[in-house]
Amino acid sequence: MAIAFSVNGKPVSVEADADTPLLWALRDDLGLTGTKFGCGIAACGACSVHVDGNLTRSCSVPVSEVAGKSVTTIEGLKSADGVLHKAQQAWIDAQVPQCGYCQSGQIMAAVALIEQVGTPTDAQIDEAMTNICRCGTYPRIRKAILAATGAAAAAEQGAA
Amino acid sequence: MADNPTPDIDLPETAAPAPKPKRKGIKRRIFLAGSALVVGGGIFGVWWTDSSVKAKGNAMIGGEGKPAFGSIMTIGEDDTVTVYSPHIDFGQGSHTALGQMLADELDADWEKVRIEQAPADLAFANAALAKGFLPTMAGDFAAGLIPDAVIGMMARSMPLMITGGSSAIRFTGEIAMRRTGAAVRAALIAEAVDRLGVPESELTTADSKVTHAKSGKSLRYGELAAGAAERSLASDPVLKTREQWKLIGTGVPRRDIPAKVDGSAVYGIDFTLPEMRVATIAAAPVRGGKLESVDEAPALAVKGVEKVIKLPDAVVVIGKGYWPATKGLQALSPKFSDGGHAAVNTPAVYAAQGKLMAGGKPDNEAGEGDVDGAFKATGAKLVEAEYRVPFLHHAMMEPFALTGHFKDGKLTIWGGLQDPLSTRVKAAKAAGLEVDQVEFVPMIMGGGFGRRFPDIVEIIDQIAIIAKQVPYPVKLVWSREEEVRHGSYRPQSSAKLSASLKDGAITAMRIDYAQSGNAEGEVPFIYNLPATSRRHFAYQSNQIDGPWRSVNATQLGFYTESFMDELALAAGADPYQFRRKHLAEGSRHQKVLDEVAKRAGWGTPLPEGVGRGIAIVESFDTIVAEVVEATLKEDGSPKVVRAFAVVDCGTTVNPLNAEAQIMGGLIMGLSSGIGEAVTLDKGAVVESNFSDYPILKLADAPPAVDVHFADSGAKTGGIGEPGLPPATPALANALASLTGKRIRNLPILTQAKA
Repeated sequence: MAIAFSVNGKPVSVEADADTPLLWALRDDLGLTGTKFGCGIAACGACSVHVDGNLTRSCSVPVSEVAGKSVTTIEGLKSADGVLHKAQQAWIDAQVPQCGYCQSGQIMAAVALIEQVGTPTDAQIDEAMTNICRCGTYPRIRKAILAATGAAAAAEQGAA
Repeated sequence: MADNPTPDIDLPETAAPAPKPKRKGIKRRIFLAGSALVVGGGIFGVWWTDSSVKAKGNAMIGGEGKPAFGSIMTIGEDDTVTVYSPHIDFGQGSHTALGQMLADELDADWEKVRIEQAPADLAFANAALAKGFLPTMAGDFAAGLIPDAVIGMMARSMPLMITGGSSAIRFTGEIAMRRTGAAVRAALIAEAVDRLGVPESELTTADSKVTHAKSGKSLRYGELAAGAAERSLASDPVLKTREQWKLIGTGVPRRDIPAKVDGSAVYGIDFTLPEMRVATIAAAPVRGGKLESVDEAPALAVKGVEKVIKLPDAVVVIGKGYWPATKGLQALSPKFSDGGHAAVNTPAVYAAQGKLMAGGKPDNEAGEGDVDGAFKATGAKLVEAEYRVPFLHHAMMEPFALTGHFKDGKLTIWGGLQDPLSTRVKAAKAAGLEVDQVEFVPMIMGGGFGRRFPDIVEIIDQIAIIAKQVPYPVKLVWSREEEVRHGSYRPQSSAKLSASLKDGAITAMRIDYAQSGNAEGEVPFIYNLPATSRRHFAYQSNQIDGPWRSVNATQLGFYTESFMDELALAAGADPYQFRRKHLAEGSRHQKVLDEVAKRAGWGTPLPEGVGRGIAIVESFDTIVAEVVEATLKEDGSPKVVRAFAVVDCGTTVNPLNAEAQIMGGLIMGLSSGIGEAVTLDKGAVVESNFSDYPILKLADAPPAVDVHFADSGAKTGGIGEPGLPPATPALANALASLTGKRIRNLPILTQAKA
């Protein structure tokens, strides 16, 4: 069946069974491979995207459920003129990625957190950032989120 | 094992005198990958005398307006230097670091340096790796006698282009990259001497230019490259001294990172071709089992499924995409045999290992001095403890995925593996082709940690066989469940440690351990004791054991460093001071230990409910000491609140990246120690996914890791692996200091629940 929704601001339609996970519609049908397959059971978060602004693990949501909705993937975070999202820039500045495979999902989770709370506390980062990174980049993920939201600078000023 | 108190045994007096103390040496390492002795391969070097091979490599990377040098680099007319790395960069940052090493010696403008993956061709087999690993096999003496050209031939005949053993910087960087950069710089200067008609002594190089200060003239490398490429490269060029380095030792940003934050990096699993189909697979649940029968019809009835292929030990479903293939596979009810392994289970493996050690007939042993004599000596206090560690899964975040296309008698494979050359050899064998009929295109890897060494990667054989049976390109993707259940695990291992104490000092130590592989020669024993013995008892289950980040240093580090704390306790000594006095006075080890104690504020009061632990392990020529401070959460699981690492890897090429590697290794060590275990029941792996194989998450990782590099200038050591081994024992020691309960079986969580 044809299922219509929008991805990164553009209308799309995929010909897929209703139970096809959004992840595979994105990767196999739409060629958006920035969203990664890690576990298939919503345990690792590598497949994280935003659906109508809500953080969603796309491996465990049938594509039929996003009909008519608006999906944002890692490829859609840049502004129209190609400027990186402040979280993406913070990820580069803090040299976060190692193998990099989980980082699309980590960044999508971080962006959702920033959009939700503005400047997250350490405790909010602990609670929100539940994606798995096998390379162990967690300290730099935390550092990048704090830097992206100005919390790191504020903390330094406070300490000075 | 229960948490029984360590027994103190008073042995009858004997006349055995205490052996004379001397620096003990459980020998330097031999790098083991699976069961195979790996000499390593990768690339070329300027010192090869085999000019035909070098010419082939140069032809592959060079071209019009882009002359190649030493089959390792090119210089474009616009001064762009492209460095071809024989190693795959799966996030360890070796590409950038290797580029730094070459560019520094070349005096190249770093902004104009690019780093590319070398093609998977024998022209790029790595003589540097062969030379690097040779001393560990033949002793430094013999290695010095083997001509470089012969080493190059050995590398090509192996034939390997391996990434592992923390070898990229240690060997390829030190031996090939720096020498090539220096030799090419010399050739560029020689060309400038001819062009400018001035003496060499008046020329200087910097920022990809040769400058004659007296006349104010300068020539760009891009202008000189074509002429320089006609010159023969010096086989033993003068290298810079440490004081002259500009790039080596600086934390330049990694070149691969921008593509990893916007979704544009293409990993093996992301690769697509027109008309490509996607396949997935279920292998026999019991390793060693065979496919007995399967009714293909239910899969073929699934929309989008095109074909079912039976392999001797697996069933494969091919569909238009991963989802139809998965649904097709799930619709099948294949019958597999158990290969006669139905009796294999986790407790049985431990029991068999214990029985082997009790039998007292080791397969390998190393050490020095009269251990038994010291144990029986008058007044000796004997301390004994038994430890157990489980199989560990690599859990690379990108599940295995290889694309294959068989066309016009030629098989091409795309994907991420740690050794492109042996991938070709393995695929050719599986498909019944000649190696020349197989091409392998290496791609970015979503983690590896030792899992992607071709000799233990069944998906190479699988894709080779499958691709030959279909007219279209096909990408075979393993599910996470397949990944967890068919790993090449860090071996399940048991150990019995015993030591004698006298006057607060260790007089002898014995480490017996049972597992598949022998660690002797790989994991050095760092303590300076009068008598030592380490004995390996070979035990092989039906599982495949493979190298897992830091290899045998994980379990031996856990055994030794946990036991050192037990001995300190028995001696009534502080764990840091106790280690310190058993390390050679003034040694690198002692300095690293002192530094971590200092940085962590060892001995200072801790908040209520926080314990502190220390451990030091040497692996891959790098010494790492770590201190962790841990607490227990309400559910009884540990949480590390602060962590410190001090590292002596000789020279730190890129401190920014090296810090990330140490931090990542430390966290992987904590993760495995806290919750990870692959267990067996009826010969099959019980765990299936991250739901029952828990990886440490951000909230439970230390918020920051204080990493310090000693930069001793000693022989360059590895950086990808050595941060891991001390983490688990440091945590176990912290928890023991907090609770009084010694952790002798991993993972920690199973005991918390028990």
